Amino acid sequence: MAEIYVDVRGETCPVPLVEMRKAVRKAQPGDVIEITGNNAASKKEIPMAADALSLAVISIEELDDIWKIKIQK
Amino acid sequence: MADKTTIIVQSGDMDKLYSALIVSNGSLAMGMEVSLYFTFWGLLRLKKGGLEKGPLSKMHFLGLGKKMMLGRMKKNNVASLERLMADFKELGGKIIACEMTMDIMGLKRSDLIEDIIDDYGAVGTYIQEARHSAITLFI
Repeated sequence: MAEIYVDVRGETCPVPLVEMRKAVRKAQPGDVIEITGNNAASKKEIPMAADALSLAVISIEELDDIWKIKIQK
Repeated sequence: MADKTTIIVQSGDMDKLYSALIVSNGSLAMGMEVSLYFTFWGLLRLKKGGLEKGPLSKMHFLGLGKKMMLGRMKKNNVASLERLMADFKELGGKIIACEMTMDIMGLKRSDLIEDIIDDYGAVGTYIQEARHSAITLFI
């Protein structure tokens, strides 16, 4: 099980979702993908996309407008 | 995958191509399949070097409005159409070029960005794609 890091700080719609999807496609089952960003809409929408892709959201953290979302493939 | 988005890209305007590609990339990111059917003015954006050439649908002002809009988009770190198209293809999006429009506009396949076009077709091709789609749009 690998940890994959995706940094989309400064990126706006639709790039955070797209980069999350690219990482998920490349990941192996069981891998954890951690996405870091600061686009407010994406913080809501990445968990929505994870749900649509039947992936588990492990955690959502936010500090000083930077959020980190962990999902597992 | 059962869910699918099918969009007729009829407009060649820059802002509308943004709408089409953003909806498409969102759909792909959320696990759907996507087909874009480029027709009429939209097809001109598939000409070699044509992707970024569209005018703004409003306040174009001979290119000045577009320039200002691109400046504001850059400031807000909005991805270029080239980038959105590259992402679209990487995530498995499909592009269909309308053959009738090619005839009307006198365009040959070699005039178009052939490596991103998956199929050339007419209305039947679109209906086959659209009838199984949860989302269909005309942009």
